[in-house]
Amino acid sequence: MLKNITLGQYFPGDTFIHRLDPRTKLIMTVVYIVMIFLADNFSAYIPVVALLLICVFVSKIKPKLLFSGMKPLLIIIGITALINLFYTSGEELVSFWIFTITKEGVRAAIFMMLRISLLIMGTFMLTYTTAPMQITDGLETLLGPLKKIKVPVHELAMMMSIALRFIPTLIEETDKIMSAQKARGADFETGNLVQKAKAMLPLLIPLFISAFRRADELATAMESRCYNGGTGRTKMKQLKYGYIDLIAALIGMALLAAVILLNIFGL
Amino acid sequence: MAPIIKTEGLTHLYSPGTPFERIAIENIDFEAVKGEFIGIIGHTGSGKSTFIQHLNGLLKPTGGRVLFDGEDIWSSKEKTHGVRFKVGLVFQYPEYQLFEETVYKDIAFGPKNMKLTEAEIDARVREAANFVGIGEDLLEKSPFDLSGGQKRRVAIAGVIAMRPDVLILDEPTAGLDPEGSEEILANIKEYHRSMGSTVLLVTHSMEEVARTVDRLVVFSGGHIVMSGTPHEIFSRSEELEKIKLDVPEVTKVIARLREMGLDIPASIYTVEQAKAALMELKGGRANA
Repeated sequence: MLKNITLGQYFPGDTFIHRLDPRTKLIMTVVYIVMIFLADNFSAYIPVVALLLICVFVSKIKPKLLFSGMKPLLIIIGITALINLFYTSGEELVSFWIFTITKEGVRAAIFMMLRISLLIMGTFMLTYTTAPMQITDGLETLLGPLKKIKVPVHELAMMMSIALRFIPTLIEETDKIMSAQKARGADFETGNLVQKAKAMLPLLIPLFISAFRRADELATAMESRCYNGGTGRTKMKQLKYGYIDLIAALIGMALLAAVILLNIFGL
Repeated sequence: MAPIIKTEGLTHLYSPGTPFERIAIENIDFEAVKGEFIGIIGHTGSGKSTFIQHLNGLLKPTGGRVLFDGEDIWSSKEKTHGVRFKVGLVFQYPEYQLFEETVYKDIAFGPKNMKLTEAEIDARVREAANFVGIGEDLLEKSPFDLSGGQKRRVAIAGVIAMRPDVLILDEPTAGLDPEGSEEILANIKEYHRSMGSTVLLVTHSMEEVARTVDRLVVFSGGHIVMSGTPHEIFSRSEELEKIKLDVPEVTKVIARLREMGLDIPASIYTVEQAKAALMELKGGRANA
């Protein structure tokens, strides 16, 4: 039952998008997010949506995957929209009991929904098309300059890759322990909130213990292979910008310019 | 005798309806009577672990039925929950499921879930600890302070304490030294002998099953391909090799001796049998 988690999943492929340097994809994601928050009228969203559609089309990621990944976040989107709908002052449209809906409120609600959905789908495109290790590699290189002001960039990147590496392992482990406790009559489904929380103990304690044990073993394994942090460490797979990264950067810049222009001259 | 546990056309698919769909087991007809000691052998991925998780209702069959005492275990929610106590399942590396502060409390987890009285729980915990050779002095210790072999035995006691009619063990000796394995096997045999319950032992070690079980069931590719006494199964060593399974070392030695022209039976699977056969042969020659 825990195997259906799609958050942060990677779908391998060999398309233009997959082949892009992870740094390009990270920067493009930032540009994309800037575009989303710059756009303040509907026509300005055309380039944003266009960029997303191009990515989905080129990367051959099934659109269904984007929507199914959004499902757990629908509640948050809904609540944000409702708050915006009721708490924006302006020209009154409808009013009942203590609620007033304003024209500005409707507009703000639609904008918020649009922004959050685009934000989520865009970042999903990053994780769907980039292997987790590539993302951490890209981040490490991009944040490299921060080393000068004593930010432990390499250590942070290493922590991130280790965490990502162990997500599937821990899910599998959870599944196993759950089955074992169920075999001894543990009940994870029925009861009130307190009973349910208590029922989680036989699952959580072994899980934590095994996580600590794994961490310990991993640290020993790393040390016995002479790992001593980032200094002087080289990489087997060097990141290299290619001409496709240039094309992607040009497209990104053009669309960013389009958003700014549409903001000024659009509807 | 009516079978205590039985499967009819048991089939299980993983991730049905997705591109990852995979048949784990298909059309398994299996039955075990009370008091039988059965060995289940098969290659990794042959479906034996999936199969045993059906017997106590942890996995729901995609097709077919699982019957305990003649009744479908999926016919009602209570029955599915209840069968977990009657069919005890010890997973691989069960020591990773320990969680309580003391050994005593951990063994008591199963009986507590059965909603037994305090006195009954106490009796069962002590009985189970006794079966696996965990002394009184260890009961109040933290399970995390024990050695690997002791942890394993505590975890097995946690299942035995439910006094299951059918006890299933998935590779209970994996990762233990020969001495530890020997002890655990002896504990299981003792439980089987004194409680008269059915035991299913899943294992990779042919030596282990050769000396313990009444009947062997061989899994391959999600099917039961052979079933019979160790004697019958190990005399079909060529077929076993075809599905990448081994025969006990001593059977291999005997096979080699037969190739060299010695007149001894092919179905020998324990050292004692081999010794007896060889002594007889030697005696025969001396007389000739």
